[in-house]
Amino acid sequence: MSDVCSSDIEIHGAKVRLHRGGRGEPLVYLHGEDGGPPALGLAGMLAEQLDVWVPEHPGFGASATPPWLETIHDLAYFYLDFLDALRLPPVHFAGHSLGGWIALEIAVRNPGLVKSLTLIGSAGIHVNGVPKGDFFMRPPEVVFGSLFADESIAAAMLARPIPPEAEDIRITNRHAIARVAWHPPFFDPHLAKWLHRITGPVHIVWGDTDRMFPIAYAHEFRRLLPHSRLTVLSRCGHMPHLERPRELADSIATGLAERPQ
Amino acid sequence: MKCFFFHLMPYLYLDPAVRAQYDSCWMVLPNGAYDPRKGHELYNRYLDELELAEEVGFDGLVLNEHHATAYGMMPAPNLICAALARRTRRAKIAILGNITPLREHPLMIAEELAMLDNIMGGRLICGFVRGIGVEYLVWGVNPTSSHERFHESQELIVRAWKATEPFAFEGKHYHVPWVNVWPRPYQQPHPPIWIPTNGSTETVEWAARADHRYRYLQNLSAAVACKKYIDLYRDVAARAGWEATPANLGWGCPTYVAETDEIAYREMKPHIESFFNVFFRNPPHRFLPPRIHLARIDVADRHRQDPDLRPPDHRQPHEARSRALRQRQDRARTIGPQREGVGVRHARRRAPFRHAAA
Repeated sequence: MSDVCSSDIEIHGAKVRLHRGGRGEPLVYLHGEDGGPPALGLAGMLAEQLDVWVPEHPGFGASATPPWLETIHDLAYFYLDFLDALRLPPVHFAGHSLGGWIALEIAVRNPGLVKSLTLIGSAGIHVNGVPKGDFFMRPPEVVFGSLFADESIAAAMLARPIPPEAEDIRITNRHAIARVAWHPPFFDPHLAKWLHRITGPVHIVWGDTDRMFPIAYAHEFRRLLPHSRLTVLSRCGHMPHLERPRELADSIATGLAERPQ
Repeated sequence: MKCFFFHLMPYLYLDPAVRAQYDSCWMVLPNGAYDPRKGHELYNRYLDELELAEEVGFDGLVLNEHHATAYGMMPAPNLICAALARRTRRAKIAILGNITPLREHPLMIAEELAMLDNIMGGRLICGFVRGIGVEYLVWGVNPTSSHERFHESQELIVRAWKATEPFAFEGKHYHVPWVNVWPRPYQQPHPPIWIPTNGSTETVEWAARADHRYRYLQNLSAAVACKKYIDLYRDVAARAGWEATPANLGWGCPTYVAETDEIAYREMKPHIESFFNVFFRNPPHRFLPPRIHLARIDVADRHRQDPDLRPPDHRQPHEARSRALRQRQDRARTIGPQREGVGVRHARRRAPFRHAAA
């Protein structure tokens, strides 16, 4: 496990919290609905072999909420600015859930910037007849429980006392998620028809008991992304970075090592 | 003072055993629990009651809009208004209000309301509201932009009513190159606008603007909270350079009149309990969607500082409300003599939640 350091940077008028650690090829990890900090354990593991960047999305966590943040496309364009501002070469991307969706929107806009893409329980598309987990209709703690194959993990996390600042961040995150994913829920109806533009290797990693985006979504991504492969994590829900972090880290690293050159 | 009769049109034939399986009678209660034959009976009964309210002397009738709920069978209040338009002759009809951000095109609301005002010869009062969280869940409309859509749609509707020449409306959510609404409203420049709310500084300040002067209607709040919001409205108006009079202010409160306090408390209790505990209740995550949660952070601070201003807690059973209820009933006692007991006694005999409470 390598140390991850945090700093604040400003891009396109938005202050963004950036966590970074490790050495090797750069990998940008785009977090999901739960924000950046819960992914830092996984980031530490990945940092054993990679130069890992974990920005907190505009509108989330310690990052500011810029007035221009209204759609998932705004986040995609923001990250194109982010890559420019930090003068990053084409990098590996890994994205979880909402972060996977952002990564896909980046990749269809500028495939050349994406050296490889790892999608973990990713949002972004809809499969008719396969309902997604209701994110806003149910109480947040019930939703959180449903995201794990082993709900006792969620229960233990929920039992910890929450400081008021963390509660504020939860509300902020929920608001940002609603802005970009309320309707249509967690997908862009225009994304699927352009996914063929992603020509780099794609590694799809999915929990076998993901109740947010059931496994049928992994198979649909596999079909839509011609250069993709699929790894299914057993006894794992929608939060592999919390439920199976070591297995997920190994899976991402193996995927990068085995990718076609 | 004017007294209006507010009908919520609840679905009274709710099976308590079915209702008990759900945390709310909004959204989650399947529409299989609704029997259209009973609905036919209720719609006609309620329209009769509204017509009777005019007959017994109420100054106006009040309708509202809510979706996917047994709380009210009135997702389209403009239709109910249309049904009343030619069966009433004198009473104002206040639609409080149309949930403008839900509609794809606000000009449809401008047209519907202008038609109603023409048919009724200027008896229409218009309210504009944003609705509650449930509305945004069942309609798939993003609540994080509802505030923008609310203000923009309201501006478009009022401009469309006032205009006598085609104009272009260049909004962010609504962009209409050629606005030319026929018919124009009967009342000129437009029907009175009332803004019902449960209390938010933002709304008070918006309604009290010198170019708006919209009637501010505090709903379901205890007298002490109501007074504070009304004082705030007066202060904002004074700062904006005009004086708010009682004609600019309203209070929506459950009112019950009986021969004595003791009789009033006893008779009203099951109905007000049914209202709050069976029909009104919603869990917080469906009552307030995310945008509203954030907008309410300042309101939450104010509530912490001043408990009088706290809204009713839907999760608390009715008994905790006794203080607020008593204040409402104080109000009822004062209304009684002024109305000579006539209209409100009818309202009492026809208490709309009686069946459900029984």
